[in-house]
Amino acid sequence: MIYQGKQKIWSDYQKEIPADHWFYVRSCIRQSFFPGSERQFLAISRDLLGHDIYETAHHTTCGGIAYHSDVIPQETAMTIVARQFALMTEAGYRNLVASCITSFGNYTETLETWREFPELEARVREHLWKACRREFEKPEYVAHASDLIYKYRGEIAARAKFRLVDKATGEPLRVVEHIGCHYSKMFPHKGVGGAEYPCVLSGMAEAWGGQVIDYPERRHCCGFGFRQYLVKANRGYSLSNTHKKFESMEPFHPDLIITNCPGCPYFLDRWQYVISEQTGKTYGRNGYGIPVLTYEELAGLVLGVDPWDLGLQIHQVAVEPLLDKMGVPYDPARKYLGLNEKEIMRPGLPSVLRCC
Amino acid sequence: MIDFGFNLAPSSAVNLDEIDLSRYRALLRMEPDARICMGCGSCTATCTAGPFSGMSVRKVLLALERGQHVEVNRMLEGCMLCGKCMMVCPRGINTRHLILSLCRIKQEENYD
Repeated sequence: MIYQGKQKIWSDYQKEIPADHWFYVRSCIRQSFFPGSERQFLAISRDLLGHDIYETAHHTTCGGIAYHSDVIPQETAMTIVARQFALMTEAGYRNLVASCITSFGNYTETLETWREFPELEARVREHLWKACRREFEKPEYVAHASDLIYKYRGEIAARAKFRLVDKATGEPLRVVEHIGCHYSKMFPHKGVGGAEYPCVLSGMAEAWGGQVIDYPERRHCCGFGFRQYLVKANRGYSLSNTHKKFESMEPFHPDLIITNCPGCPYFLDRWQYVISEQTGKTYGRNGYGIPVLTYEELAGLVLGVDPWDLGLQIHQVAVEPLLDKMGVPYDPARKYLGLNEKEIMRPGLPSVLRCC
Repeated sequence: MIDFGFNLAPSSAVNLDEIDLSRYRALLRMEPDARICMGCGSCTATCTAGPFSGMSVRKVLLALERGQHVEVNRMLEGCMLCGKCMMVCPRGINTRHLILSLCRIKQEENYD
């Protein structure tokens, strides 16, 4: 699209993001899928940049995963959300930052629903009081953790040890950015850049030296879609969605994919293995796949954190080709060494997809 | 091959650089109103033939834009030209005439 037009759309969808004093709520599943990501978010925002990010061990799921899987009704999900708000209020915070895109969508949807139907908010307050004798103030700002990293992208770039540049050729790496559907497709004004042209990830990639690829199915779902995957009979839909995206991005030869959702990196990463087994096709060079990273993992790599401390060995698609391109040093012998240098289990190797 | 218990479905992606849009363009020349269709589906909802023959004016226009001529031909054969769709179109498109024009294009260009 015309560059000036894109700039205008982006200026219409700018979001106010306070830099400091956030109450952090984690994702249900990210620590299992990508164990270094949330830790890295705290390491960057709290330890490196010195911002006030608070979390409590008392917070639970936001209920979004059950809500979108049709397991619980919206009123139950809202009561769980209200409890999170109560924890935030008790801790003395007014800004809430969620690690998970679905949580972010769930918090936003709850607040917007209460704005439209105040009587529902009153009922949920009653439910919460009856359930656990808690009261809450609504947050002033709700952000996704990628909004904060987007805000800090310049500070990260200033401290970068590696850039998204091919060390051998000096060319910028070609980056596919994939944004979770619940980030801004439901409420475009709540995301940086709106639903059509969100710049939350592309802004990071460009700030760190990469070149963002615009491909036809850029805004297509990753394929998770909750019920598409959770019901085994529907998993063909999930796989086909992901396949459609890879077929669409393949001609642009991406070097990596970055995502800001718990489900997207998981499915874009793992389905590459299933597609390779079913069709014999891989999308990277020399039989490798396209590495899929979370934005925290990428920020960690840019800042020079050891790839194995970021948990990149947990990925299905080997990240070594990307590390080689960026010039990030790594010790292959340490790949499957966990804490205290103890060996963790090694995965079996796929028959088609090449892994290191 | 590993049996995962589920399979890839054929892709429905359309590559606009590869499809044949000559028929759609010919229709737009004869029936410029085809451009103002918003795909609401009122025509489909009211179609008497639709439930029995698979006819759908909305799908005909969509298939034309996607260059799916076989589907268009199949649907055209199911139309009874009753004109109910024309009466309910919120954009006032003369859908009956549109179908007739499309049949004429098909006849002239000998699409199968």
